[in-house]
Amino acid sequence: MSHHDANRLDRHAYIDSVIHRLDPRAKVVATFVFIMTVVSYPKYAVAPLIPFVFFPMIMAIMGFVPMGLLLRRLLIASPFIVFIGIFNPLLDRMPMFHIGGLALSGGWMSFISILLRGFLCVGSAIVLIATTSMPKIAEALGELRAPRALVVQLMLLYRYLFILLEEASRMSRARALRAGAGKARIGVATGMISTLLLRTVDRSDSVWQAMQARGFDGQLRAPRRMKWKMKDTMFLLIVIAGSLALRIFPVTRLIGERFFP
Amino acid sequence: MHMADALLSPEVGIGFLVASGACLGYSAKKLRDEGDERKAPLMGVLGAFVFAAQMINFTIPGTGSSGHITGGMLLTMIVGPYAAFLTIASVLIAQALFFADGGLLALGCNIWNMGFYPCFVGWLIYKAIAGRNPSKRRLSVAAVIGPVVALEMGAFSVVIETLLSGKSELPFGKFFALMLGIHFPIGLIEGLVTVAVINFVYGIRPEVIKVNLGLGDAYERGKRSYRPVIITMLIAALTVGGVVAWFASAHPDGLEWAVGRMTGSNELAAPHGGVVDKFGEIQKKTAILPDYGFKEPENAPKKEGEGEPHWPQVSGGTSLSGAIGSFIVLAISGLIGFALIKIRGKKPHEH
Repeated sequence: MSHHDANRLDRHAYIDSVIHRLDPRAKVVATFVFIMTVVSYPKYAVAPLIPFVFFPMIMAIMGFVPMGLLLRRLLIASPFIVFIGIFNPLLDRMPMFHIGGLALSGGWMSFISILLRGFLCVGSAIVLIATTSMPKIAEALGELRAPRALVVQLMLLYRYLFILLEEASRMSRARALRAGAGKARIGVATGMISTLLLRTVDRSDSVWQAMQARGFDGQLRAPRRMKWKMKDTMFLLIVIAGSLALRIFPVTRLIGERFFP
Repeated sequence: MHMADALLSPEVGIGFLVASGACLGYSAKKLRDEGDERKAPLMGVLGAFVFAAQMINFTIPGTGSSGHITGGMLLTMIVGPYAAFLTIASVLIAQALFFADGGLLALGCNIWNMGFYPCFVGWLIYKAIAGRNPSKRRLSVAAVIGPVVALEMGAFSVVIETLLSGKSELPFGKFFALMLGIHFPIGLIEGLVTVAVINFVYGIRPEVIKVNLGLGDAYERGKRSYRPVIITMLIAALTVGGVVAWFASAHPDGLEWAVGRMTGSNELAAPHGGVVDKFGEIQKKTAILPDYGFKEPENAPKKEGEGEPHWPQVSGGTSLSGAIGSFIVLAISGLIGFALIKIRGKKPHEH
């Protein structure tokens, strides 16, 4: 698990752009609508899914999300999808898709479809975090009626996430310097995890004291309320209408038929 | 073991989101009733700890590969089931966002598979085995069995979710044997590391462990004798696991038969009757253009030579126009992308 990429995604969430300025609630709901539409296609759908590239692409470009980072995360995220999906071409050999003399089996079609879905869904999730930031997503979830305890938990987790990741990587580096390259033995790793746990608990004690000193009562208060603006309504409407339109009309095929009647 | 958006159907995704959401709401309520505000910072920091602990990779004895702990059972033993469930859920949300593990729709499934089982089932197992005044031996046994059971149940859930969604062609028997076979040793190692960490921490800061587990004098007394117990346990578990795995791989048909009996259909991937058919009906009713090509029932029975074919009949013409359309859309998106990059201006600074 590389925490450098996560770190970059996190820092990127604090720049300013058209996409960053949209209301977090609008972005969370739009991303969810988008993902629901993508996964609602039947399993052999490939061509109809392609126009959906526009949503994450436009969001990523206008939000200045670094493309290299986005692509690398997409590739790293795919092993499990590939692992499960690769059985489709092996098991489903019925020819299905013909161009000239070339025939593609149903299994390959559904495998390509799975990969495409993966890229679209994971891509939109990465774009969401890179343009919204974790605290704002947590707040948005709270506004959308998620339990208060979960919102507080997400915010506290986020606050200590990178600190503890740094701590763990320092410990790993220290071990590597003493023991040479290669992975730790299981006993050594257990010791490291235990030490990390003890330090974590100690940290939680001091955090608790600091919070008490500041009058913590089980709630974390956002510095300012979110403001829903006209452009947020517009953005959400465009995403919903666009997703529905693509779902209803086979745009890709219609365009293809225009050029190849 | 992260379930992915790409393998899910909307019905399964939403179903598990609702189930996990209900559990989250219940856990949040339970925590509020407990009224222990001190838990809030502990949970937050422990969530970050789980992330950090997953960075510490170790070699798995006997194999060339390496792994890390998932920490579900460990959290449950330190803060109790409700706080642990909320913590795991938050970890999975952060993983879905920062590390692109799984996806947002799959969160419901993932919170269920990796949160519900270790936290609630694991806790029940711990309570049942360790009892009120646990000895070191009982605690160790519980901490090993808990993760094994939780991981196997989670793996089983992944199989069920994948098959109900109908995006994968994997047959139930083989998929079942594969997933449960892989996760058995993973669960064992998770359990052994959990025991070791609990005991290590107990040696230095007993109060951290004592609070939730209610450890008493028996724990101290049992200090010497837990090694042989673990070894016995390991052998027993391996034997049982081996037998199950052998049975599963040797008789997939038997398993399919058993599941067929349970669900009233022979193959989960393409069932008629039961849940999937219900969803199918709902889908048909809610379909905007029911006669349209893409609404073709993908769960139609796979019988050759009679009735409807398994997948929508595609003629060469539509295939080709689909392919050409795809390339054109991709080209257009590329052009628009370049245009947007040109007009968007310079990257603003972080602030």
